Amino acid sequence: MLRRALALATLSATLLLGGCGYNDFQRLDEQVKSAWSEVLNQYQRRSDLIPNIVATVKGEANFEQETLTKVVEARAKATSIQATPELVNNPEAFKKFQAAQGELSGALSRLLVVSENYPNLKANQGFQDLRVQLEGTENRITVARGRYVKTVAEYNVLARSFPTNLTAMIFSYPVKENFTVQNEAAISAPPAVTFDKPASK
Amino acid sequence: MRRIGRLAGQCVLALSVRTLTALVLCAWLTSTAAWAQEVLPVPPLAGRVIDQTATLSTPQVAALDAKLAAFEAQAGPQIVLLLVPATAPEDIASYAQRVADIWKIGRRAVGDGVLVVVAKNERAVRIEVAKALEGAIPDLAARQIIDRAIVPAFRTDDYAGGLNAGVDQLIARINGESLPAPRAGGPTGAQPTGLPLQEMGMFLFVGVLAVGGLLSAIFGRKLASVFTAVAAGGAAWWLGAGVLMALGAAVATVVVVGVLGVGTVVKIIAMTAGRGGGGGGGGGGFSSGGGGDFGGGGASGRW
Repeated sequence: MLRRALALATLSATLLLGGCGYNDFQRLDEQVKSAWSEVLNQYQRRSDLIPNIVATVKGEANFEQETLTKVVEARAKATSIQATPELVNNPEAFKKFQAAQGELSGALSRLLVVSENYPNLKANQGFQDLRVQLEGTENRITVARGRYVKTVAEYNVLARSFPTNLTAMIFSYPVKENFTVQNEAAISAPPAVTFDKPASK
Repeated sequence: MRRIGRLAGQCVLALSVRTLTALVLCAWLTSTAAWAQEVLPVPPLAGRVIDQTATLSTPQVAALDAKLAAFEAQAGPQIVLLLVPATAPEDIASYAQRVADIWKIGRRAVGDGVLVVVAKNERAVRIEVAKALEGAIPDLAARQIIDRAIVPAFRTDDYAGGLNAGVDQLIARINGESLPAPRAGGPTGAQPTGLPLQEMGMFLFVGVLAVGGLLSAIFGRKLASVFTAVAAGGAAWWLGAGVLMALGAAVATVVVVGVLGVGTVVKIIAMTAGRGGGGGGGGGGFSSGGGGDFGGGGASGRW
Protein backbone atom coordinates (compact mmCIF):
# COMPACT_ATOMS: atom_id res chain seq x y z
CA MET A 1 0.00 0.00 0.00
CA LEU A 2 2.73 2.38 1.01
CA ARG A 3 4.77 1.53 -2.03
CA ARG A 4 1.79 2.13 -4.24
CA ALA A 5 1.16 5.54 -2.70
CA LEU A 6 4.81 6.43 -3.00
CA ALA A 7 4.87 5.46 -6.66
CA LEU A 8 1.70 7.46 -7.27
CA ALA A 9 3.19 10.49 -5.53
CA THR A 10 6.39 10.27 -7.58
CA LEU A 11 4.47 9.99 -10.81
CA SER A 12 2.09 12.83 -10.05
CA ALA A 13 4.91 15.08 -8.85
CA THR A 14 6.82 14.47 -12.07
CA LEU A 15 3.77 15.09 -14.21
CA LEU A 16 2.61 18.13 -12.22
CA LEU A 17 5.98 19.84 -12.08
CA GLY A 18 6.54 19.15 -15.74
CA GLY A 19 3.05 20.28 -16.63
CA CYS A 20 3.05 23.56 -14.74
CA GLY A 21 6.21 24.78 -16.39
CA TYR A 22 8.71 24.21 -13.61
CA ASN A 23 11.23 22.75 -16.03
CA ASP A 24 10.58 25.53 -18.51
CA PHE A 25 11.47 28.02 -15.81
CA GLN A 26 14.72 26.20 -15.18
CA ARG A 27 15.56 26.13 -18.86
CA LEU A 28 14.64 29.75 -19.58
CA ASP A 29 16.21 31.08 -16.41
CA GLU A 30 19.48 29.50 -17.47
CA GLN A 31 19.09 30.80 -21.02
CA VAL A 32 18.51 34.33 -19.77
CA LYS A 33 21.65 34.04 -17.69
CA SER A 34 23.77 32.88 -20.59
CA ALA A 35 22.32 35.52 -22.91
CA TRP A 36 23.18 38.13 -20.33
CA SER A 37 26.69 36.79 -19.98
CA GLU A 38 27.12 37.17 -23.72
CA VAL A 39 26.02 40.80 -23.45
CA LEU A 40 28.56 41.39 -20.68
CA ASN A 41 31.18 39.60 -22.72
CA GLN A 42 30.72 41.95 -25.65
CA TYR A 43 30.65 45.04 -23.42
CA GLN A 44 33.93 43.85 -21.98
CA ARG A 45 35.34 43.51 -25.47
CA ARG A 46 34.43 47.10 -26.20
CA SER A 47 35.88 48.24 -22.93
CA ASP A 48 39.14 46.50 -23.80
CA LEU A 49 39.33 48.24 -27.16
CA ILE A 50 38.95 51.75 -25.80
CA PRO A 51 42.46 52.24 -24.34
CA ASN A 52 43.94 51.53 -27.78
CA ILE A 53 41.61 53.99 -29.43
CA VAL A 54 42.33 56.62 -26.84
CA ALA A 55 46.08 56.09 -27.22
CA THR A 56 45.86 56.47 -31.00
CA VAL A 57 43.71 59.56 -30.82
CA LYS A 58 46.00 61.11 -28.21
CA GLY A 59 48.81 60.96 -30.76
CA GLU A 60 46.85 63.41 -32.84
CA ALA A 61 47.98 66.86 -31.75
CA ASN A 62 45.27 69.27 -30.57
CA PHE A 63 42.50 66.67 -30.65
CA GLU A 64 39.36 67.92 -28.91
CA GLN A 65 40.29 67.25 -25.29
CA GLU A 66 36.73 67.36 -24.02
CA THR A 67 35.57 64.51 -26.27
CA LEU A 68 38.51 62.37 -25.28
CA THR A 69 38.11 62.87 -21.56
CA LYS A 70 34.41 62.09 -21.83
CA VAL A 71 35.20 58.70 -23.35
CA VAL A 72 37.78 57.95 -20.68
CA GLU A 73 35.45 59.00 -17.89
CA ALA A 74 32.49 57.07 -19.29
CA ARG A 75 34.61 53.95 -19.58
CA ALA A 76 35.85 54.31 -16.02
CA LYS A 77 32.28 54.71 -14.84
CA ALA A 78 31.02 51.73 -16.81
CA THR A 79 33.76 49.42 -15.63
CA SER A 80 33.39 50.50 -12.01
CA ILE A 81 30.00 48.78 -11.85
CA GLN A 82 30.36 45.18 -10.83
CA ALA A 83 28.83 43.32 -13.75
CA THR A 84 27.59 39.97 -12.51
CA PRO A 85 24.98 37.57 -13.83
CA GLU A 86 22.84 38.45 -10.80
CA LEU A 87 22.44 41.93 -12.18
CA VAL A 88 19.47 40.64 -14.15
CA ASN A 89 17.48 40.15 -10.97
CA ASN A 90 18.24 43.58 -9.57
CA PRO A 91 16.29 46.18 -11.55
CA GLU A 92 18.03 49.15 -9.97
CA ALA A 93 21.57 47.96 -10.60
CA PHE A 94 20.53 46.83 -14.06
CA LYS A 95 19.30 50.32 -14.91
CA LYS A 96 22.48 51.86 -13.58
CA PHE A 97 24.62 49.50 -15.60
CA GLN A 98 22.62 50.24 -18.72
CA ALA A 99 22.90 53.98 -18.16
CA ALA A 100 26.67 53.75 -17.81
CA GLN A 101 27.05 51.63 -20.96
CA GLY A 102 24.70 53.96 -22.81
CA GLU A 103 26.79 56.95 -21.82
CA LEU A 104 29.89 55.18 -23.05
CA SER A 105 28.18 54.44 -26.39
CA GLY A 106 27.31 58.10 -26.74
CA ALA A 107 30.82 59.30 -25.90
CA LEU A 108 32.36 56.82 -28.32
CA SER A 109 30.14 57.74 -31.25
CA ARG A 110 30.87 61.38 -30.58
CA LEU A 111 34.58 60.58 -30.68
CA LEU A 112 34.21 58.85 -34.02
CA VAL A 113 32.24 61.75 -35.47
CA VAL A 114 34.80 64.27 -34.25
CA SER A 115 37.67 62.17 -35.61
CA GLU A 116 36.31 62.79 -39.10
CA ASN A 117 37.57 66.34 -38.80
CA TYR A 118 41.18 65.22 -38.47
CA PRO A 119 42.71 64.27 -41.82
CA ASN A 120 45.71 62.68 -40.14
CA LEU A 121 43.48 60.33 -38.17
CA LYS A 122 41.52 59.44 -41.26
CA ALA A 123 44.74 58.53 -42.99
CA ASN A 124 46.04 56.63 -39.97
CA GLN A 125 45.67 52.92 -40.82
CA GLY A 126 45.92 51.91 -37.18
CA PHE A 127 43.04 54.15 -36.23
CA GLN A 128 40.94 52.94 -39.16
CA ASP A 129 41.57 49.34 -38.11
CA LEU A 130 40.51 50.14 -34.57
CA ARG A 131 37.39 51.74 -35.98
CA VAL A 132 36.49 48.58 -37.84
CA GLN A 133 37.00 46.55 -34.68
CA LEU A 134 34.89 48.94 -32.67
CA GLU A 135 32.18 48.78 -35.30
CA GLY A 136 32.22 45.00 -35.18
CA THR A 137 32.03 45.05 -31.41
CA GLU A 138 29.10 47.44 -31.37
CA ASN A 139 27.45 45.11 -33.84
CA ARG A 140 28.03 42.14 -31.59
CA ILE A 141 26.65 44.07 -28.65
CA THR A 142 23.51 44.75 -30.66
CA VAL A 143 23.13 41.07 -31.52
CA ALA A 144 23.77 39.95 -27.95
CA ARG A 145 21.27 42.48 -26.63
CA GLY A 146 18.73 41.39 -29.21
CA ARG A 147 19.10 37.77 -28.12
CA TYR A 148 18.82 38.74 -24.49
CA VAL A 149 15.64 40.71 -25.19
CA LYS A 150 14.12 37.71 -26.95
CA THR A 151 15.04 35.26 -24.20
CA VAL A 152 13.75 37.52 -21.46
CA ALA A 153 10.53 38.05 -23.38
CA GLU A 154 10.04 34.30 -23.59
CA TYR A 155 10.79 33.93 -19.89
CA ASN A 156 8.50 36.79 -18.91
CA VAL A 157 5.61 35.45 -20.96
CA LEU A 158 5.95 32.19 -19.07
CA ALA A 159 6.22 34.00 -15.73
CA ARG A 160 3.10 36.06 -16.38
CA SER A 161 0.72 33.78 -18.22
CA PHE A 162 -1.68 31.38 -16.58
CA PRO A 163 -1.17 28.77 -15.14
CA THR A 164 2.62 29.02 -15.12
CA ASN A 165 2.41 32.31 -13.21
CA LEU A 166 1.35 30.23 -10.19
CA THR A 167 4.52 28.20 -10.50
CA ALA A 168 6.47 31.42 -10.77
CA MET A 169 4.81 32.72 -7.60
CA ILE A 170 5.38 29.58 -5.59
CA PHE A 171 8.99 29.07 -6.61
CA SER A 172 9.63 32.83 -6.81
CA TYR A 173 10.62 33.39 -10.40
CA PRO A 174 10.00 37.11 -10.79
CA VAL A 175 9.56 38.87 -14.09
CA LYS A 176 13.01 39.85 -15.33
CA GLU A 177 14.24 43.26 -16.32
CA ASN A 178 14.57 43.96 -20.04
CA PHE A 179 16.44 46.61 -21.99
CA THR A 180 14.94 50.02 -22.36
CA VAL A 181 16.31 53.11 -24.02
CA GLN A 182 17.57 55.80 -21.71
CA ASN A 183 16.09 58.74 -23.56
CA GLU A 184 12.82 57.49 -24.94
CA ALA A 185 11.38 60.98 -25.33
CA ALA A 186 14.41 62.22 -27.22
CA ILE A 187 14.27 59.33 -29.66
CA SER A 188 10.56 59.52 -30.40
CA ALA A 189 10.69 63.24 -31.09
CA PRO A 190 11.58 63.91 -34.72
CA PRO A 191 14.94 65.62 -35.07
CA ALA A 192 14.84 69.29 -35.94
CA VAL A 193 16.53 69.87 -39.26
CA THR A 194 17.48 73.47 -40.01
CA PHE A 195 19.73 74.72 -42.74
CA ASP A 196 19.96 78.41 -41.94
CA LYS A 197 22.64 78.19 -39.29
CA PRO A 198 25.47 75.79 -38.49
CA ALA A 199 24.29 73.06 -36.16
CA SER A 200 25.34 73.66 -32.62
CA LYS A 201 26.43 70.49 -30.91
CA MET B 1 -2.46 22.63 -2.59
CA ARG B 2 -5.06 24.92 -1.02
CA ARG B 3 -2.85 27.88 -1.72
CA ILE B 4 -2.73 26.98 -5.36
CA GLY B 5 -6.53 26.70 -5.41
CA ARG B 6 -6.97 30.10 -3.86
CA LEU B 7 -4.47 31.66 -6.21
CA ALA B 8 -6.21 30.07 -9.15
CA GLY B 9 -9.53 31.46 -7.95
CA GLN B 10 -8.15 34.95 -7.70
CA CYS B 11 -6.59 34.64 -11.07
CA VAL B 12 -9.78 33.54 -12.76
CA LEU B 13 -11.65 36.47 -11.17
CA ALA B 14 -9.02 38.94 -12.29
CA LEU B 15 -8.97 37.41 -15.71
CA SER B 16 -12.70 37.73 -16.23
CA VAL B 17 -12.64 41.37 -15.17
CA ARG B 18 -9.84 42.13 -17.56
CA THR B 19 -11.06 40.09 -20.48
CA LEU B 20 -13.15 42.86 -21.99
CA THR B 21 -10.42 45.46 -21.82
CA ALA B 22 -7.96 42.97 -23.19
CA LEU B 23 -10.19 42.16 -26.12
CA VAL B 24 -10.64 45.81 -26.99
CA LEU B 25 -6.90 46.34 -26.68
CA CYS B 26 -6.24 43.34 -28.88
CA ALA B 27 -8.47 44.62 -31.65
CA TRP B 28 -6.81 48.01 -31.48
CA LEU B 29 -3.32 46.58 -31.51
CA THR B 30 -3.90 44.33 -34.50
CA SER B 31 -5.29 47.27 -36.44
CA THR B 32 -2.25 49.42 -35.69
CA ALA B 33 0.25 46.64 -36.33
CA ALA B 34 -0.58 46.87 -40.02
CA TRP B 35 0.88 50.37 -40.06
CA ALA B 36 4.32 49.21 -39.07
CA GLN B 37 6.83 49.50 -41.88
CA GLU B 38 7.52 46.24 -43.64
CA VAL B 39 11.07 44.94 -43.58
CA LEU B 40 12.55 42.97 -46.43
CA PRO B 41 11.57 39.32 -45.96
CA VAL B 42 14.26 36.66 -45.72
CA PRO B 43 14.21 34.62 -48.95
CA PRO B 44 14.21 30.83 -48.85
CA LEU B 45 17.69 29.34 -49.04
CA ALA B 46 17.39 28.15 -52.62
CA GLY B 47 21.06 27.80 -53.49
CA ARG B 48 24.57 28.99 -52.78
CA VAL B 49 24.14 32.04 -54.96
CA ILE B 50 20.82 33.86 -54.69
CA ASP B 51 20.53 36.84 -57.00
CA GLN B 52 17.31 38.80 -56.60
CA THR B 53 18.60 41.70 -58.65
CA ALA B 54 19.23 39.79 -61.89
CA THR B 55 22.74 41.23 -61.95
CA LEU B 56 24.66 38.05 -62.58
CA SER B 57 24.24 36.04 -65.75
CA THR B 58 23.31 32.38 -65.50
CA PRO B 59 26.85 31.15 -66.33
CA GLN B 60 28.28 33.52 -63.72
CA VAL B 61 25.90 32.18 -61.08
CA ALA B 62 26.75 28.63 -62.11
CA ALA B 63 30.49 29.33 -61.92
CA LEU B 64 30.25 30.89 -58.46
CA ASP B 65 27.98 28.10 -57.31
CA ALA B 66 30.42 25.48 -58.59
CA LYS B 67 33.31 27.16 -56.84
CA LEU B 68 31.47 27.30 -53.52
CA ALA B 69 30.24 23.73 -53.88
CA ALA B 70 33.74 22.49 -54.62
CA PHE B 71 35.07 24.32 -51.58
CA GLU B 72 32.38 22.85 -49.36
CA ALA B 73 33.11 19.36 -50.66
CA GLN B 74 36.83 19.80 -50.16
CA ALA B 75 37.02 21.73 -46.86
CA GLY B 76 33.54 21.75 -45.35
CA PRO B 77 32.51 25.35 -44.67
CA GLN B 78 29.44 26.74 -46.40
CA ILE B 79 29.54 30.12 -48.11
CA VAL B 80 26.36 31.71 -49.45
CA LEU B 81 26.04 34.85 -51.57
CA LEU B 82 22.83 36.86 -51.48
CA LEU B 83 22.16 39.85 -53.74
CA VAL B 84 19.14 41.98 -52.92
CA PRO B 85 18.04 45.31 -54.41
CA ALA B 86 17.88 47.17 -51.08
CA THR B 87 17.51 46.41 -47.39
CA ALA B 88 15.73 49.63 -46.38
CA PRO B 89 14.31 50.45 -43.89
CA GLU B 90 16.83 48.17 -42.20
CA ASP B 91 20.56 48.67 -42.09
CA ILE B 92 22.43 46.04 -44.12
CA ALA B 93 24.05 44.67 -40.97
CA SER B 94 20.76 43.97 -39.24
CA TYR B 95 19.23 42.50 -42.37
CA ALA B 96 22.25 40.22 -42.88
CA GLN B 97 22.03 39.21 -39.22
CA ARG B 98 18.37 38.33 -39.61
CA VAL B 99 19.06 36.25 -42.72
CA ALA B 100 21.97 34.50 -41.02
CA ASP B 101 19.89 33.75 -37.95
CA ILE B 102 17.25 32.06 -40.05
CA TRP B 103 19.49 30.22 -42.50
CA LYS B 104 22.09 29.11 -39.96
CA ILE B 105 24.51 28.12 -42.71
CA GLY B 106 27.47 26.05 -41.62
CA ARG B 107 27.88 22.43 -40.68
CA ARG B 108 25.81 21.30 -37.74
CA ALA B 109 28.71 20.11 -35.65
CA VAL B 110 31.16 22.83 -36.66
CA GLY B 111 29.00 25.84 -37.40
CA ASP B 112 31.29 27.19 -40.09
CA GLY B 113 29.33 29.46 -42.39
CA VAL B 114 29.90 32.75 -44.16
CA LEU B 115 27.16 34.89 -45.64
CA VAL B 116 27.87 37.67 -48.13
CA VAL B 117 25.01 40.12 -48.63
CA VAL B 118 25.02 42.74 -51.37
CA ALA B 119 22.41 45.52 -51.38
CA LYS B 120 22.92 46.70 -54.91
CA ASN B 121 20.87 49.90 -55.02
CA GLU B 122 22.24 51.01 -51.67
CA ARG B 123 25.77 50.21 -52.82
CA ALA B 124 26.45 48.34 -49.63
CA VAL B 125 28.00 44.95 -49.01
CA ARG B 126 28.40 42.93 -45.86
CA ILE B 127 30.30 39.80 -44.95
CA GLU B 128 28.66 38.00 -42.07
CA VAL B 129 30.89 35.49 -40.32
CA ALA B 130 29.70 32.69 -38.07
CA LYS B 131 31.27 32.45 -34.65
CA ALA B 132 33.22 29.33 -35.62
CA LEU B 133 35.05 31.26 -38.33
CA GLU B 134 35.64 34.51 -36.46
CA GLY B 135 39.18 33.35 -35.84
CA ALA B 136 39.85 32.71 -39.53
CA ILE B 137 38.07 35.86 -40.68
CA PRO B 138 38.23 38.54 -38.00
CA ASP B 139 36.35 41.76 -38.61
CA LEU B 140 39.46 43.46 -39.92
CA ALA B 141 40.09 40.74 -42.48
CA ALA B 142 36.48 40.89 -43.60
CA ARG B 143 36.79 44.62 -44.00
CA GLN B 144 40.01 44.25 -46.00
CA ILE B 145 38.40 41.70 -48.29
CA ILE B 146 35.57 44.14 -48.91
CA ASP B 147 37.86 47.12 -49.40
CA ARG B 148 40.52 45.45 -51.53
CA ALA B 149 38.77 42.72 -53.47
CA ILE B 150 35.05 43.41 -53.68
CA VAL B 151 34.62 47.18 -53.75
CA PRO B 152 37.15 48.02 -56.51
CA ALA B 153 35.44 45.59 -58.88
CA PHE B 154 31.95 46.74 -57.86
CA ARG B 155 32.94 50.31 -58.64
CA THR B 156 33.48 49.31 -62.25
CA ASP B 157 30.16 47.40 -62.27
CA ASP B 158 31.98 44.08 -62.38
CA TYR B 159 29.82 42.32 -59.83
CA ALA B 160 30.75 38.77 -60.76
CA GLY B 161 34.45 39.67 -60.68
CA GLY B 162 34.13 41.32 -57.27
CA LEU B 163 32.28 38.41 -55.79
CA ASN B 164 34.73 35.97 -57.30
CA ALA B 165 37.71 37.82 -55.87
CA GLY B 166 35.97 38.12 -52.51
CA VAL B 167 35.13 34.43 -52.40
CA ASP B 168 38.71 33.54 -53.36
CA GLN B 169 40.04 35.55 -50.44
CA LEU B 170 37.47 34.13 -48.04
CA ILE B 171 38.46 30.63 -49.12
CA ALA B 172 42.15 31.43 -48.73
CA ARG B 173 41.50 32.73 -45.22
CA ILE B 174 39.42 29.75 -44.17
CA ASN B 175 41.99 27.33 -45.63
CA GLY B 176 44.50 28.70 -43.15
CA GLU B 177 42.28 27.43 -40.34
CA SER B 178 42.31 23.79 -39.39
CA LEU B 179 38.71 22.70 -39.49
CA PRO B 180 37.39 19.16 -39.26
CA ALA B 181 37.37 17.54 -42.69
CA PRO B 182 34.01 17.06 -44.37
CA ARG B 183 32.45 13.64 -44.13
CA ALA B 184 33.12 11.45 -47.10
CA GLY B 185 30.14 11.06 -49.41
CA GLY B 186 26.91 12.95 -49.35
CA PRO B 187 26.29 16.61 -48.78
CA THR B 188 26.91 17.83 -45.27
CA GLY B 189 23.56 19.52 -45.21
CA ALA B 190 21.46 16.40 -45.19
CA GLN B 191 22.07 15.23 -41.66
CA PRO B 192 19.25 13.79 -39.58
CA THR B 193 17.98 16.08 -36.89
CA GLY B 194 17.02 13.40 -34.37
CA LEU B 195 19.19 11.69 -31.80
CA PRO B 196 21.44 8.93 -33.02
CA LEU B 197 19.55 5.68 -33.24
CA GLN B 198 21.57 3.84 -30.60
CA GLU B 199 21.27 6.54 -27.99
CA MET B 200 17.58 6.75 -28.67
CA GLY B 201 17.12 3.03 -28.23
CA MET B 202 19.04 3.10 -24.97
CA PHE B 203 17.02 6.03 -23.71
CA LEU B 204 13.75 4.37 -24.60
CA PHE B 205 14.76 1.06 -23.03
CA VAL B 206 15.63 2.67 -19.70
CA GLY B 207 12.53 4.84 -19.90
CA VAL B 208 10.31 1.86 -20.56
CA LEU B 209 11.68 -0.03 -17.57
CA ALA B 210 11.28 2.93 -15.24
CA VAL B 211 7.85 4.02 -16.38
CA GLY B 212 6.65 0.44 -16.74
CA GLY B 213 7.73 -0.39 -13.22
CA LEU B 214 6.14 2.75 -11.80
CA LEU B 215 2.87 2.21 -13.64
CA SER B 216 2.64 -1.47 -12.72
CA ALA B 217 2.83 -0.48 -9.07
CA ILE B 218 -0.22 1.70 -9.55
CA PHE B 219 -2.44 0.08 -12.15
CA GLY B 220 -1.30 -3.50 -12.17
CA ARG B 221 0.63 -5.17 -14.92
CA LYS B 222 -1.91 -5.33 -17.71
CA LEU B 223 -3.02 -1.72 -17.80
CA ALA B 224 0.52 -0.56 -17.16
CA SER B 225 1.87 -2.38 -20.19
CA VAL B 226 -0.72 -0.69 -22.40
CA PHE B 227 0.08 2.75 -21.09
CA THR B 228 3.79 2.21 -21.32
CA ALA B 229 3.58 0.80 -24.81
CA VAL B 230 1.60 3.79 -26.00
CA ALA B 231 4.05 6.12 -24.31
CA ALA B 232 7.07 4.33 -25.77
CA GLY B 233 5.61 4.30 -29.27
CA GLY B 234 4.69 7.94 -28.98
CA ALA B 235 8.10 8.87 -27.63
CA ALA B 236 9.87 7.00 -30.42
CA TRP B 237 7.72 8.75 -33.00
CA TRP B 238 8.22 12.11 -31.36
CA LEU B 239 11.98 11.66 -31.20
CA GLY B 240 12.06 11.40 -34.94
CA ALA B 241 11.86 7.69 -35.65
CA GLY B 242 9.62 6.54 -38.48
CA VAL B 243 6.21 5.00 -37.93
CA LEU B 244 7.61 1.51 -38.31
CA MET B 245 10.24 2.17 -35.65
CA ALA B 246 7.63 3.60 -33.34
CA LEU B 247 5.45 0.55 -33.85
CA GLY B 248 8.42 -1.66 -33.14
CA ALA B 249 9.08 0.21 -29.91
CA ALA B 250 5.45 -0.12 -28.88
CA VAL B 251 5.32 -3.84 -29.59
CA ALA B 252 8.63 -4.44 -27.86
CA THR B 253 7.31 -2.59 -24.85
CA VAL B 254 4.31 -4.85 -24.63
CA VAL B 255 6.64 -7.81 -24.54
CA VAL B 256 8.85 -6.15 -21.97
CA VAL B 257 6.24 -4.91 -19.56
CA GLY B 258 3.66 -7.64 -19.60
CA VAL B 259 1.65 -10.16 -21.54
CA LEU B 260 -1.45 -8.95 -23.31
CA GLY B 261 -4.44 -10.01 -25.39
CA VAL B 262 -4.25 -9.61 -29.14
CA GLY B 263 -7.08 -7.07 -29.19
CA THR B 264 -5.17 -4.56 -27.12
CA VAL B 265 -2.06 -4.88 -29.25
CA VAL B 266 -4.17 -4.18 -32.33
CA LYS B 267 -5.57 -1.13 -30.59
CA ILE B 268 -2.09 0.11 -29.79
CA ILE B 269 -0.99 -0.43 -33.36
CA ALA B 270 -4.04 1.45 -34.60
CA MET B 271 -3.33 4.29 -32.20
CA THR B 272 0.31 4.65 -33.15
CA ALA B 273 -0.33 4.27 -36.85
CA GLY B 274 -3.08 6.87 -36.61
CA ARG B 275 -0.53 9.57 -35.98
CA GLY B 276 0.43 9.43 -39.63
CA GLY B 277 3.78 9.28 -41.32
CA GLY B 278 6.27 12.05 -40.87
CA GLY B 279 9.80 11.97 -42.12
CA GLY B 280 10.59 12.82 -45.69
CA GLY B 281 13.99 13.43 -47.17
CA GLY B 282 15.09 16.72 -48.66
CA GLY B 283 15.83 16.57 -52.35
CA GLY B 284 19.34 16.63 -53.66
CA GLY B 285 21.31 19.83 -53.98
CA PHE B 286 22.15 22.42 -51.40
CA SER B 287 20.73 22.84 -47.94
CA SER B 288 21.98 24.58 -44.86
CA GLY B 289 23.91 22.52 -42.36
CA GLY B 290 21.93 24.35 -39.69
CA GLY B 291 24.85 24.81 -37.33
CA GLY B 292 26.00 28.35 -38.04
CA ASP B 293 25.69 30.68 -35.07
CA PHE B 294 26.13 34.27 -36.18
CA GLY B 295 26.95 36.65 -33.37
CA GLY B 296 27.42 39.81 -35.41
CA GLY B 297 30.96 39.21 -36.60
CA GLY B 298 32.09 40.43 -39.98
CA ALA B 299 32.21 43.82 -41.59
CA SER B 300 30.29 46.11 -43.90
CA GLY B 301 31.48 48.35 -46.66
CA ARG B 302 30.21 50.65 -49.38
CA TRP B 303 31.28 51.38 -52.88
